[in-house]
Amino acid sequence: MRDESVFLIGVGVFFGIVGLIYWLTAYEDAGGVLLLGTCFLGLVPGLYYYYWYCRFHGRKFFFFGQVGKAVGPRPEDRPDATLAEGAGVVSAFPDSSIWPLVLGSGAFLLVLALVFGYWLAFPGIGLIITALVGVTAESRRGGHV
Amino acid sequence: MAAVLVTGLTLSGCQLPTFGAYRGSTSQGQDAFKLWQFFFITGIIVGGFVILLILWSVFRYRRRSDEMPKQTQYHTGVEILYTVIPIVIVLVLFAFTVITENKVDATPPADVTIRVTAFQWGWRFYYPATGKVVTGETTQAPQMVVPTGQSVQIMLGSADVIHGFYVPAFNFSRYAQPGVTASQQRFNFTVLHDGVYRGQCTQLCGLYHSLMFFSVKAVPPAQFQVWVHHLSKNQPSISQLKQEIQANGPGG
Amino acid sequence: MTDLVRPALAGVDLHAPEHEEHHGPTGLLKWFTSTDHKVIGMSYTITSVVMFYLAGIMALLIRTQLASPNSSLLSFSQFNALFTMHGSLMLYLFAGPFAFGGLANFIVPIQVGAPDMAFPRLNALSYWLYLTGSITMLLGFFTSSGAAEFGWVAYAPLSNAANSPGAGPDLWIVSLLLTGFSAIFTGVNLVGTIFYLRAPGMTMFRMPVFTWNMLVTGILILIAFPVLTAAVVMLFADRHFGTHIYETTGCHMVGHPNVPAACGVPVLYQHLFWFFGHPEVYILALPYFGIVTEIIPVFSRKPLFGYKGMVFATMAIAALSTGVWAHHMFTTGVVLLPFFSLLSLLIAVPTGIKFFNWIGTMWRGQLSLKTPMLFSLGFLFAFLMGGVTGVMLASPPIDFFTHDTYFVVAHFHQVLFGTAVFAGFAGFYYWFPKMWGRMLNDGLGKWHFWLTFIGFWLTFMPQYGVGLKGMPRRVASYPADLGWQIYNQLSTIGAFIIGLGFLLLLINLLISWRNPVPAGDNPWDGHTLEWFTSSPPPHHNFTHLPPIRSERPTWDYNHPEAPALHHGVPVVGNGNGHHPRDPGGNGSSGKEEKVPT
Repeated sequence: MRDESVFLIGVGVFFGIVGLIYWLTAYEDAGGVLLLGTCFLGLVPGLYYYYWYCRFHGRKFFFFGQVGKAVGPRPEDRPDATLAEGAGVVSAFPDSSIWPLVLGSGAFLLVLALVFGYWLAFPGIGLIITALVGVTAESRRGGHV
Repeated sequence: MAAVLVTGLTLSGCQLPTFGAYRGSTSQGQDAFKLWQFFFITGIIVGGFVILLILWSVFRYRRRSDEMPKQTQYHTGVEILYTVIPIVIVLVLFAFTVITENKVDATPPADVTIRVTAFQWGWRFYYPATGKVVTGETTQAPQMVVPTGQSVQIMLGSADVIHGFYVPAFNFSRYAQPGVTASQQRFNFTVLHDGVYRGQCTQLCGLYHSLMFFSVKAVPPAQFQVWVHHLSKNQPSISQLKQEIQANGPGG
Repeated sequence: MTDLVRPALAGVDLHAPEHEEHHGPTGLLKWFTSTDHKVIGMSYTITSVVMFYLAGIMALLIRTQLASPNSSLLSFSQFNALFTMHGSLMLYLFAGPFAFGGLANFIVPIQVGAPDMAFPRLNALSYWLYLTGSITMLLGFFTSSGAAEFGWVAYAPLSNAANSPGAGPDLWIVSLLLTGFSAIFTGVNLVGTIFYLRAPGMTMFRMPVFTWNMLVTGILILIAFPVLTAAVVMLFADRHFGTHIYETTGCHMVGHPNVPAACGVPVLYQHLFWFFGHPEVYILALPYFGIVTEIIPVFSRKPLFGYKGMVFATMAIAALSTGVWAHHMFTTGVVLLPFFSLLSLLIAVPTGIKFFNWIGTMWRGQLSLKTPMLFSLGFLFAFLMGGVTGVMLASPPIDFFTHDTYFVVAHFHQVLFGTAVFAGFAGFYYWFPKMWGRMLNDGLGKWHFWLTFIGFWLTFMPQYGVGLKGMPRRVASYPADLGWQIYNQLSTIGAFIIGLGFLLLLINLLISWRNPVPAGDNPWDGHTLEWFTSSPPPHHNFTHLPPIRSERPTWDYNHPEAPALHHGVPVVGNGNGHHPRDPGGNGSSGKEEKVPT
């Protein structure tokens, strides 16, 4: 968690500084706004990871104080972790699913509606809603198609 | 060492090869050309060094046996060396860039001002001092006349899409853009010798982009004065020319 | 849906072959419904290589037109559409998706020891958006007004409704919507996979450099692609909904000191586009740097020289790449030249570090010049040339007279051909055995390399020359009296030699399809985890894992006799040393934690 958070906060800090220099010297708005956005793109997830780092290590997370009981770093963050420590359920992975294809086809029709006529949007939105319902049901049911 | 030597050579104006570029027919173009030479020679030295290293590794260390090579992974000294030296080279290049750029980009008040308007697909040159206008399109390329040895300021604009004002022999180009005011879009040049220099649009601007030619003719100042005061009647407007191109294709 | 149980120690064989049949449908339905990153990766690879061949054919048509002055083989309109689609296909539909959708999708989860991507269904959606986006872009050719003709950058106001009417440009725009979202989803997926699904012991600084580069690429995608998507959405709004974001119609601005408030700002499009566009260049380069960084150590039988320097160089390139967008806009006259010039020049430093690391890896190694290694060396030469001219272009006074000429065309083709083609097909030859379980013919591969290599120099070196003589890019014809013809003819001959090389690749693929040569699990004596599992890998990738104690676990496992390496310090000795900086202390040789195979 620590390397991840340092990496992302580094992105935020770098673009914060570059953005500030640019804003002050270039008198050009678009680039300044984009660099500021990039700064947040690094800082927001970076601080999230830093929060988890603090939790794992029982450290203080700024003024929030202690945010959790120290459980130690994850096995993938420890150079000496053995494979046995990582054994067990990692996550639930879907095996196969038709819904990404349906959702993609819906998106396809939806953008084509912008070019060839708005009537194409109706089947497009229909497919997208079907796919969203389908994928949700699939996740709840826990089985594949 | 080599960089210093090269710098000295190029800046003192020694006759180095042109490396394919124009020597520059304007004083600004010559500055850009010297910078080009400096960059090119630095490129040859640095690039050549790296190529030799690669070739040496390939030929010297081709697999000859199944012996396991030494598993070297880090060498801090070498790593610092090849980080610091490029930084120094880059800073030197940047310093010369800034010096040249300030010369090329300077826009002090000039002897002659010309308003250039690019349009699909031609050029209009307007001399505010006398009201002289030259307009032409595609294969009937217009000619801009400038006085040799005097500074000229171009104020560049576009009537429709983005175009590129480019005279290869001047070592210079600039976008002609809508939405950018002509007071923002200025540059100066001083043509050094009489002659005709061809120019062309560089920025894709639609169907006949590749036919959007013009030329710059440098003449002695006295001759220029005669020319610029001779006002021709019936100069077609830009919109007339555009309608002609739409109707009849390039060349009217 | 299955709960994934990570295989633990001692050969707990959770996914024995007899279970394979239960994992979803087979046959054609598999390709439509699979959420397995390997299947999606292969779909991506196939589609993007098809796009590469299509764009290559367009390039040959372009080169044929330019082989003679005032050529009338193609009409101006056809020519403009062809180079627009050539650029769009190569950049949006080949170089990026081939790297982060194809190779990375397949390889990254395996390299970090993960069972799949973090979001498998999102991954499948990425592919379907990419495929439909590709179809959308190609549909432009079948509309009455033809495909888009405004170049792959679609500068406003050339791309507005008045100057580019018709359905072709609209299809181009909505195609970027689809592929843009596809890229963003893949970026999220890569970052999520790398942050959350690494195997125990696979710390960040033990990840293979390819994975590192894909992480950085993922972040760059998240920085850059939303900006492009927003830019083209606004372009679409300008075209159809009457907004004035870039649009200046109805405003008289030429010569007026003040811009009327109601007018759009065309140069804004360039800022937005290149804020995407320059990171995009590195989105197209970093994965390929990663590929080369995987291949050179394996074929030199050495660890990567300066691993950490390489990782930090990647980060530095990515960081700088986002602050240099306006070096594409030097000649607009409205950008801050020194800022962008300095940052652009500085990119040479981390790139140089990478070069010296690659050379340092080969230095005193045992190089075997198989096809993947040859392509990697081809990349080194090509990218070096493109890099040197790139430094020249970073200097505004030089950029002023080379911008939008064939000099720039030659520069970025050398860079992108170096990465996406030389390094890309190095990766293709390198990982093909892992993907399909069969080898490609090495001899034919070498012919492919040499033809491509010779054709490459013959195509692009004359373009530098003709660019300096003043030939602008994107011209459908040129006058006969300027001496440009010979340069263009050489270039055209070179292009056809490259085309011949890529015919050989097709033959090679055909041979491997008809007469497969089994690859085995580890044909190259690889370093990283993908060479530990079978070829092609089983469902969820691993039945067992080696202990991960360095950046090259598979190599450690296969070479217990070799001198081991630890974090940052070369250890000379027999490898079972207890190094103070290795807290585990059980060596990297795999001796003490051997997994029965």
